[in-house]
Amino acid sequence: MKDFARLFTAIDQTTKTNTKVAALTTYFETATEDDRLWTIALFSGRRPKRTVTTTLLRGWAAEAAGIPLWLFEESYPIVGDLAETIALVLPEGNQHEDHPLSYWINYVKSLSSLEEDTRKTAVLNAWSVLDPTERFLFNKLLTGGFRIGVSTKLMTRALARATGQDEADLQHRLMGSWTPETTNFHDLILSENPEADLSKPYPFYLAYQLDDLDELGSTTDWKAERKWDGIRGQLILRGGEHYLWSRGEDLMTDRFPELARARDFIPDGTVLDGEVLAFKDGDPLSFNALQKRIGRKTVPKKLLTEAPVILYAYDLLEWQGQDLRPEPFADRRNLLETLTKNLPEDAPIKCSPLVPFTTWDDLAKARDASRDHNAEGLMLKRADSPYLSGRKKGDWWKWKVDPLTIDAVMIYAQAGHGRRANLFTDFTFAVWNGNDLVPFTKAYSGLTDAEFRKITGWVRKNTLQRFGPVRQVTPEHVFEIAFEGIQESPRHKSGVALRFPRMSRWRHDKPLQEANTLDDLKEMLQTYG
Amino acid sequence: MSSDLLNFTDRGIYCPLGDFYIDPWRPVERALITHGHADHARPGHGAYLATKAAAPVMRHRLGDIPLDTIRFGETRQIGDVTVSFHPAGHVPGSAQIRIEHKGQIWVASGDYKTENDGFSEPFEPVRCHAFITESTFGLPVFKWTPQSQLAQDINAWWASTVADGRTPLLGAYALGKAQRLMSILDPFIGPILTHGAVENTNEVLRAQGLKLPDTIRVTPELNPKEHKNALVLATPSAFGTPWARRFGTTSTAFASGWMRLRGVRRRRAADRGFIMSDHADWPALNAAIKETGATRIFVTHGYTSVFSKWLNEQGYDAQIVSTEYEGESLDTAEVETA
Repeated sequence: MKDFARLFTAIDQTTKTNTKVAALTTYFETATEDDRLWTIALFSGRRPKRTVTTTLLRGWAAEAAGIPLWLFEESYPIVGDLAETIALVLPEGNQHEDHPLSYWINYVKSLSSLEEDTRKTAVLNAWSVLDPTERFLFNKLLTGGFRIGVSTKLMTRALARATGQDEADLQHRLMGSWTPETTNFHDLILSENPEADLSKPYPFYLAYQLDDLDELGSTTDWKAERKWDGIRGQLILRGGEHYLWSRGEDLMTDRFPELARARDFIPDGTVLDGEVLAFKDGDPLSFNALQKRIGRKTVPKKLLTEAPVILYAYDLLEWQGQDLRPEPFADRRNLLETLTKNLPEDAPIKCSPLVPFTTWDDLAKARDASRDHNAEGLMLKRADSPYLSGRKKGDWWKWKVDPLTIDAVMIYAQAGHGRRANLFTDFTFAVWNGNDLVPFTKAYSGLTDAEFRKITGWVRKNTLQRFGPVRQVTPEHVFEIAFEGIQESPRHKSGVALRFPRMSRWRHDKPLQEANTLDDLKEMLQTYG
Repeated sequence: MSSDLLNFTDRGIYCPLGDFYIDPWRPVERALITHGHADHARPGHGAYLATKAAAPVMRHRLGDIPLDTIRFGETRQIGDVTVSFHPAGHVPGSAQIRIEHKGQIWVASGDYKTENDGFSEPFEPVRCHAFITESTFGLPVFKWTPQSQLAQDINAWWASTVADGRTPLLGAYALGKAQRLMSILDPFIGPILTHGAVENTNEVLRAQGLKLPDTIRVTPELNPKEHKNALVLATPSAFGTPWARRFGTTSTAFASGWMRLRGVRRRRAADRGFIMSDHADWPALNAAIKETGATRIFVTHGYTSVFSKWLNEQGYDAQIVSTEYEGESLDTAEVETA
């Protein structure tokens, strides 16, 4: 694994994208096919199944390090990463062996068939023959979650360079449900006719937030749709089956059984891009309705009637088995409209209508009305644009409504993990209820590194009480919390739950007493919930 | 506890029998100072006592203070106690302060490291009954890279950075770590350019007879192009400022014990993090405490609660004392200026 460790070190020692891509390219040019395949898998979020619980690992690591478990547990939050904590506490190994990455992955996989004591011996043996960096990587393989500063996009770019393949084509090849166990490097990356994987989705085209309407030029070049607040999904109808993919490449087919009926209405050889939405009586329901369905692998009948979902389609990527992505958006859209026009009312596929406009002012008004439609804003798409891969500027823009905001008081703080270990980054906020502060949300993001450092210093000096890792702090600082939605929640003391809360501003200008109240929150719940 | 030679007060560590303080953080009549870092040597005391080797830096930083000096190992009677200073290995001139009264011995160690850096007076274990120890890196995850390995890594980074046509910019404390780095840099790669804060300290240390490699002070007139293959040594606070921009494309690095943690390394957003500290790591803290033979241990700045709990489990009578020492804090690693 020495070459893989060198790759990791090279990536870890730089903040520059080009250097990372260069290191990956060299690796892809030199590693064995098996190691390449596994590297692609790891950097695209595919990893070997977990074969040892972290509880066992912690115990074994503490024992090998000759320290009590409590001391290991105290060290972990400081380091912020379990794989790293283990690598740091272990004593130096005695002999070093070099095996390829794929050897160690098979080693990890083989642990599952072992009894606990032999499994322990196997892990301890691995630790003793690996050097510190390799140990860290081995532990990462054991504990899952292989995020080390390389995105799928970066990895794909390097792979394109190393193989001389087209990047967008590779991106498509890497989509879907393959694992290193079900394919090999040649079939996945190199073969002229990739093995027909009927479930394979196209890479999603993602838009940036619009910052300047004036740059768009003439209104006649553009089409607008509502930006729905659901789950982006790609519905594939091929070979008599249907597959529903999320943007994060999760196969969601079984979670939304309603969409199976799409096969009754739409011919085989069709791929639709759209929004999975809870939909009733001709209108999308709010995200809150859909939320009940998220995370459920099987859906009880009651929920199916309460929150039935459809695919609100807005693009046609494949038709009669032909890849339509190079065609102009307006043509794809016309075909989609024809295809969905005569579907019965109860079909689980509908076409998300265009928002008509002649001036940019019309459009701004339509955007302002987004919340009335349970939408997040608008999508602007250039009429002649092809369907691109990944997040690209120019042809597609999202134009979201401004978030809702509320001014709240920070009352609890907790240190972050990983890159944010040693900084207080996780905060609980409260609003006034009479003279009491009622906690209503947590927020982790939105501040700059400099602000996080500043608040960290302040938290250290203003801790009133500790509850394990959580510190209660003097109520003093007011933050503007921005969020996308609000809903009733009996589980929370405040009775509400926010969607995507984050700290949008540190209100240095705002005295503590002028933070918002629970009544303000309830009013927002009435209006937007 | 009338038999205690040292008490812990809100002004600092106090010796009632000698009527003096050690490294006090509020102004006092008489202060014994372990070393010249700002959190240990503060302005405003009535009288100072420190080692001869620590004196020049203290005068440089604190101005014309009433400072008496003492040699390592020399004993002095102060009130009813006998006092002597012993090398702490932290920075040049840094001392542990030994206090003896009727066979009772207490040692306040200030900041210390046990690895010989080839540059500070090497740490000397002092037998005692009670030992006051820091715990800046008092967790088992902190273990340092041996200095020889570190020298190889840093020089390799220097050489490859200049080979790429970039300027290596290395950040470290102005007193101690900067000079320690200079002493392990390979002069055959190129010259060393220094930030004013570093060079001022260099001048003080050279004047007291310490041998330091040649350096070139970065002045407004300096043209970086005339110093091919140079490495720039600066306090971390100079990073990202107009001062640093004159060097064109840089590769940045920090040298700190905190660089042992990947999360911290990445948050600093430097290209490289070298694990180098002037504080003891976990094995060294434990070894040093054991060697004193002390049974009572007072744990000051750092991971005090965890480290004292650990020491108690090892059979020591350990307790936490709260002080205003900062150790190698992350915030100072960032903004410390000389």
